This record gives sequence, C-alpha cells and structure tokens, in this order.
Amino acid sequence: MNIYVCIGSSCHQNTSYFVMKEMKHLIGENSLEEKVRLLPAFCLGGCGDGVTIKIDDELITGVGMDNVTDLFKARVLNACL
Amino acid sequence: MDFFDNDVQQLKHKVLSEIAKLAFENQLTAENILDMASVIVPEGAERMRCCIYKERAIVGERVKLALGGDAKKPNMVEVLKIACDECPVEGIQITQSCRGCIAHKCANSCPKDAITFVNRRAEIVKSKCIECGRCISHCSYGAIVKQTRPCVNACKVNALSIDKDTKKAVIKDDKCISCGACVYHCPFGAIMDKSYITHAIRMIRESDANQIYKIYAVVAPSLVSQYANVPEITTGKVVTAIKQIGFHSVIEAALGADMVASMEAEELAEKGFLTSSCCPAFVSYIQKNYPTLNEHISHNLSPMAQIAKVIKQMDPTGKVIFIGPCIAKKAERQYESVRDYVDCVLTFEEMQALFSAMNLDVETLRETPLDNASYFGRIFAHSGGLAAAVEHALKEHGITQEQFDYKPISCNGITECKSALLKANKGLLSENFIEGMICEGGCIGGPACLSHSSKDKRLVSEYGHLAIEKTIADAISIFDENAL
Repeated sequence: MNIYVCIGSSCHQNTSYFVMKEMKHLIGENSLEEKVRLLPAFCLGGCGDGVTIKIDDELITGVGMDNVTDLFKARVLNACL
Repeated sequence: MDFFDNDVQQLKHKVLSEIAKLAFENQLTAENILDMASVIVPEGAERMRCCIYKERAIVGERVKLALGGDAKKPNMVEVLKIACDECPVEGIQITQSCRGCIAHKCANSCPKDAITFVNRRAEIVKSKCIECGRCISHCSYGAIVKQTRPCVNACKVNALSIDKDTKKAVIKDDKCISCGACVYHCPFGAIMDKSYITHAIRMIRESDANQIYKIYAVVAPSLVSQYANVPEITTGKVVTAIKQIGFHSVIEAALGADMVASMEAEELAEKGFLTSSCCPAFVSYIQKNYPTLNEHISHNLSPMAQIAKVIKQMDPTGKVIFIGPCIAKKAERQYESVRDYVDCVLTFEEMQALFSAMNLDVETLRETPLDNASYFGRIFAHSGGLAAAVEHALKEHGITQEQFDYKPISCNGITECKSALLKANKGLLSENFIEGMICEGGCIGGPACLSHSSKDKRLVSEYGHLAIEKTIADAISIFDENAL
C-alpha cells in the first residue's frame, strides 16, 4: 500500500509535516514498514481544507492532527490486517 | 504598469511577450515571425534609433534570441551587432570644464608626462597616456573624465572587447561566465540572453493542462522582491498567476537550498575547505580562471538542481521549469549533472512576459500560499545568506567548534570573489569557506530581476521570517531516507 501525503504549500500550512510524522509513527508502532510505503507528493490537487492524502488511488481531503489516528485505523490498519 | 527599472527591459519585454502570445496560440508561423518587427515597431511610433528600418532590424535580432538563438553557440549571452551603438572609447579626456588653472595638478600627477597645455588648457597626448586615472582624481574641477563602454565596465572577467574594425562589442566565449552583467548594463539593450520561453510554452501546451504530465515551477527565493515597485502585487498573487499560466504547482527553490545547506555543512566539515557551488557564474569563474581550485568546489548540486532532483524522484514524468533572476542558470541547465532534472530555465523577465501574453492582471488575482522552505533556505537570495545557513546547519549536525572551526567569507559581487580566490589560490586565505555570489547583493541583484531596489534585501529577510520551519532539519525532515 502506498500512502502519499501532500507537502505542497497549502497542505504544508495546514500541518502536513505533522500529519506525515504522525503517519510514520503509526506505521512504526504497528510494524507495517513492510506493507506500507509513506511518500511525500507535491500537490495532489485538493488544496483548501486540511491536508490531502492519497491512499493508493483514492484521494482523501480534510486530514489533520485531530483525525489522522482514526483515519489510519480505519483505512490502513484494517486493510493490512 | 511599470515593473521594470529601465526602458531597455521594457523593450525586451515587448518582444518576449509578443512571442509568448503567438506561442500560446500555436501561431509561431514563419509569416507571423517575419511580421513581428512591424507589429512591435509600427509606423509613426516614437523613434529610439535613426530610422524605423534600423529599429525593426534590431527587433528582428531580438526575436531570434527570444526564439532560442543559435543552438550551436553554447554561450547564453550574445551581442546584437546592429543594436550596438559603438559607444566612444576615447579613454581619458579633458572636458569643457577645464579652467586653464595655474596649479596644473593634472600634469604634475601624471607619471608619463602625457599632459600638455595649449592656450592654457590641458590636453592629453594619447600616445603617452596609460589611462592610470591619476589626473582625474587630482583635477580640482572634475574636468577630466574617463570614457569606457558600459559593457566593458560591467564585465569584470575581461570577456568583452571592442572589434577594432567595426567598433562593435564582442564577447570572448572562453572568458564569459554568462553572469549577464553586460546584458543589464548596456544602455542600448544591445546584449541579450537567449530565451527558452517558447520551449516552456510548448511543454505547457503539450501537457494538456497537466493531464499528460505535470509541470512544476521551481521559483528562486528572490521572487519575493521582484515587484518591490508595485506593492499591490504580492508573492501570493504571483504564485496564482504562475499556476494560471498552466503550471501544476509552484515550489520554492529555497527548499533545495535547505538541503544544500545541510549537505554543504557535512562536506565542509569533512574536507576542511570549500567554495560554494550555488552560483553557476561563480563556479564557471573558478573553472575558467583558477583551475587549481576546481577540486575545492562543493560537490553539491545547486538549490535549483537539488529540488528538481527530488521532484523528479517523486514524479518521474513531471517536467521542472526553474524561474529565477539568473542568466547563468540557463548555462547550468546544460550541465550533464543537471539536465536530467531541470527541463527549462526562465527568468523573472520571461515570467512577466508570460503574464503579459496571457493578459493576466496579477494585481487582481487571489493569493495562493508559497510555503516549503525554512528561513535559512530563503535567505540564500541575498549575499551572506548561504554562509549563515551553513553555520546553522553545522550546529544542527552537532559539529562543534573543536571538531571544525568554521570561518566563512561571504563574497558579495565578483570583485570580492576575485580577491578571495586570488588569496585561496596562493594558500593565503585565512577563511575556510568561500560563499561566492557573482551578482552584487547576491541573487536579488541578478541581471534578469524586474526590480533592483534597495528594499529587496529586507523583503527577502521578512519573507524568510514567515517560514513555519525554524530549522533546516525541520524543513527537510520530510525527505529523510525512510520517507522517500
């Protein structure tokens, strides 16, 4: 599974670096390094509300520090189990 | 709207924007290109030259360079022979202000007895004068002047000479470092840089609105001082305009500068002595004049090439177009180590020509954020910024003064570069890191800047302080090995 986190200017201002670090932490905590690749991307085209990420081919907007853990559980952890 | 410092830039802008307009419409036909001179110089327009035919002929030459010039000539800078006004090169001259005084300080200061007096007024004996200039500084009336051509004056690498027969300026390619000083300083606009604006537009058109491949604009940190004369045009609005031209995203070269600062600090601590590699004109200056110092040139890519490399890793089919104040970057793009990463180099002048071609009223646009780099990456735009960033990077790497005693010298402009390199070449330089910036003030003084204003440095510094990341390590943490 590839997770792209947008680090373009708009997402960067909306805390994408923190989201990325948290994602990395969660991947490590759940020992998913073999299954999940975390990648930065310059602009995924969802500028505006929160951070935009892409899980494989699906675009998810409005990600932030308040929902990244839940999102990870629902979309990444479940899919990898 | 008056974006430019002088009317020569305005003239060049007319040609570039007209070419760009046709290129966007895919109408660069032979007929349209041939007609361009009469479109730009219509009947009845105010004359700058002797006749309309000469003006049109000059526009024709500008059009050639705007279309990329002669691909077989590697130099990025060329003299437009017909536009060269053959400025006088009389050397030292006595002007009408000579009062015929009795002190004769001029003659007394002359080491070659080259000054005589005719009807009490001083005259210079050309065959004896060595143009040392002592008489100029000794005359109490400021009546003695030295006439040199502005292009020759601007060129500190002695690459510009005057053809004895034609009296036209000639560039010696083996000495020229493509710094562009002559381009900016020729008052007749007779020296111009080759443009790749049509290449950029073709890339944009053929991307089919970023569907076939994405186009990334990498913008130099000096972007923030380009519209110093027009405060209504903010950086955020310029970013919106760049995207409206057809770029997928706009990324700060300053993020590449953060990476370079971090790597440069490590390389420096390991090797003990380095010269910077960010300024391509400085690198070329060393290679052509101080080849024994070649091994001390930092092995890092420039910030432009470094960030482009990262973009290409993230998106291998993407195209990267650099936009900056620099003509030498066009030459750097030809390097084997750079050409795979950077697809095209444009200047800020050419960026404004793209805006004009698309009739973009930048002032009225909304703001789009531009935020990728740290304070330190952003201040690379002014002299002293790189040395300060490396100092900070050394600290961030935990390299103590005992381990490496950092002694930088920031060379602001080519004259200071020359002095430091001369010393380094003889082993007499007490510093161990040379930050070399060929343009006065650093990149904010680049030849293709729209503005060369005293406000520029402050604008860069203020923009630097707006950065979210306060350290270099924070700004580049996103690219650590695990993340990529």
